[in-house]
Amino acid sequence: MADVALRKVVKRYDDVEAVRGIDLDIADHEFIVLVGPSGCGKSTTLRMIAGLEDISDGDIMIGGDIVNDVPPKDRDIAMVFQNYALYPHMTVAENMSFGLRLKHYPKAEIKARVTEAARLLDITDLIDRKPKQLSGGQRQRVAMGRAIVRNPKVFLFDEPLSNLDAKLRVQMRIEIKKVHQKVRTTTVYVTHDQVEAMTLADRVVVMNKGRIEQIGTPNELYHKPATRFVAGFIGSPAMNFIPCRLEDVGGTLQLRLTDRIAFPLPPARAARYNALPRTEKLLLGIRPEHLTESHAHLAPGVETFDTVLDVTEPMGMETLVYFGLDGAPVCGRVDPNAGAKDGAPMRLAMDLNNMHLLNEETGVVL
Amino acid sequence: MSTLAIDKAGPSRKVKYGSMSRDRAWALRWSYFFLVLFAIFFLTPPIYMLVTSLKSSAEISAATNPWWVFHPTLSNYVELLTSNQFLRFFWNSSIVSLAVVLVTMLISVPAAFALARMKFWGSTTLATGVFLTYLIPDSLLFIPLFKMLALVQDYTGITLLNRWYVLLFIYPTLTVPFCTWIMIGYFASIPKELDEAALIDGASWLQTLTRIFIPVALPGLIAATIFAFTVSWAQFLYPLVFTTSVDQLVLPVGITTTLIKGDVFNWGQIMTGALLGAAPPLIIYAFLMDYYIAGLTAGATKG
Repeated sequence: MADVALRKVVKRYDDVEAVRGIDLDIADHEFIVLVGPSGCGKSTTLRMIAGLEDISDGDIMIGGDIVNDVPPKDRDIAMVFQNYALYPHMTVAENMSFGLRLKHYPKAEIKARVTEAARLLDITDLIDRKPKQLSGGQRQRVAMGRAIVRNPKVFLFDEPLSNLDAKLRVQMRIEIKKVHQKVRTTTVYVTHDQVEAMTLADRVVVMNKGRIEQIGTPNELYHKPATRFVAGFIGSPAMNFIPCRLEDVGGTLQLRLTDRIAFPLPPARAARYNALPRTEKLLLGIRPEHLTESHAHLAPGVETFDTVLDVTEPMGMETLVYFGLDGAPVCGRVDPNAGAKDGAPMRLAMDLNNMHLLNEETGVVL
Repeated sequence: MSTLAIDKAGPSRKVKYGSMSRDRAWALRWSYFFLVLFAIFFLTPPIYMLVTSLKSSAEISAATNPWWVFHPTLSNYVELLTSNQFLRFFWNSSIVSLAVVLVTMLISVPAAFALARMKFWGSTTLATGVFLTYLIPDSLLFIPLFKMLALVQDYTGITLLNRWYVLLFIYPTLTVPFCTWIMIGYFASIPKELDEAALIDGASWLQTLTRIFIPVALPGLIAATIFAFTVSWAQFLYPLVFTTSVDQLVLPVGITTTLIKGDVFNWGQIMTGALLGAAPPLIIYAFLMDYYIAGLTAGATKG
């Protein structure tokens, strides 16, 4: 087991920069998830750690040693691929022991390690089967078993759950978390699914266009996003962004959303945003769960407004309501018994204690 | 209006369904018709060979129904199988074909692996080039090849012409390009992740080839083997040009040169020889087809 460090890592394909200078420190035993839309460079980053791609610039260190020119087999890593990549002509046991057999481990130790990994992953009964006799979930377990038996310094997962159906994905997600709790190997996990990232990671690395947007614990990313990209990427339904500006009315700082709607900012927020120029074009970032039905007793900082709903989506435990504010599409989450109906007017409450204010041009959260 | 439209849609869908199954029935009838036609077309020559091989010379030249044997005899078979000459041809053909298959595989498989997987400068051009060489007909190649071997003999004193083993150098010019091309296709169909997984598991390129690629691409390997064997076994022009002494001849050339004397055709023995000569490829096909299991890669990845 070891820590992993990336120092100004760059990957260029001809004249396209896929990864543009990444710095990342991954602690021993840590579970790191790289997340981002397709083409953001997360898989390339993982493959560079694995040694499957050369790095164009910078350094990659595993356990303190620079491994830039070390071939994959000498990096002491194990990788789980999206499409499993099991050897089709070998049984489950042979698949799992292939790496150990190549390194001429004693037979007794190979058997012990394979048995232990199979027990851990609950695939003991499948040990003599060929991959084609296994279901998708079972194949994914075997692929993980192949990684575990090697007892490597680092586990690398490349979108391992993308090929599974939704139900199995949730199940395997928990499975992976359990395995990591037992094995405690440093793990780098790539996914485009923000739910997977949030549920699995000790820390999440959000990537966009070959750069790191933000690194943080799932809670930090959710509650304190650094940029519009992170704020919009993490959370489902996504955060609403509503054009707005600040104005002073009678000595208090107000947030004006439309000609009709303006809210006084709660004191803590007003102090934070007071220095901003009033002419700056801003975006109000507010998550759907902070846009709820109005109550009789509202907490301080919660402001109400009237709107007409376009569409409602009953989800069972909540109802999602969609409406527009001066053309900006907005989504709110209301109680299923609040009486939200398509095309009907409704009074909603916005919790400004949980608001974010963003610079519209730079996308930076202020 | 709307009910009328629904009424119309109902039966018309039914009619379409019926016509589809009728189409299928007709397609089946046509396919049987053409399959039987082709079977007759392709089986007629071997049947004629078999019928003729069972006749005596007198019966062959007699004006009777050529498709029927009135006095069956095995004399042609006995004569051929007891003649040292024929057994020599058979032996030469077997050695040459097996050795060529071996040489071809030893060159083609690593070449195809390199061209399909180790992306290096010019690898795509080289792969196309390999296939292009196959397109040059042997009837154009044999003259420069003959010249080259004559030059080798002049400069080094090594005699290759008129020796059966010269064919081991000549045949691969036909078999290697095509087999390499087939294997490139098979290797390219193996998911990239499979060799990456092997690479991470600690396998060298050679181990990846021998322990992952060859077992996974076995159907392709067998197809290439069958091709190389068939080409070597049936090759006529090259052995005709490069070997002349009777003890150096392979089967196809041996039969035609020794059993046709001037304008005297020993039809009975020619047919028998051709029939016996066709047996080994037939047996190899029948045997290897059982192992020709397509879809061996099923289960490697999501599919």
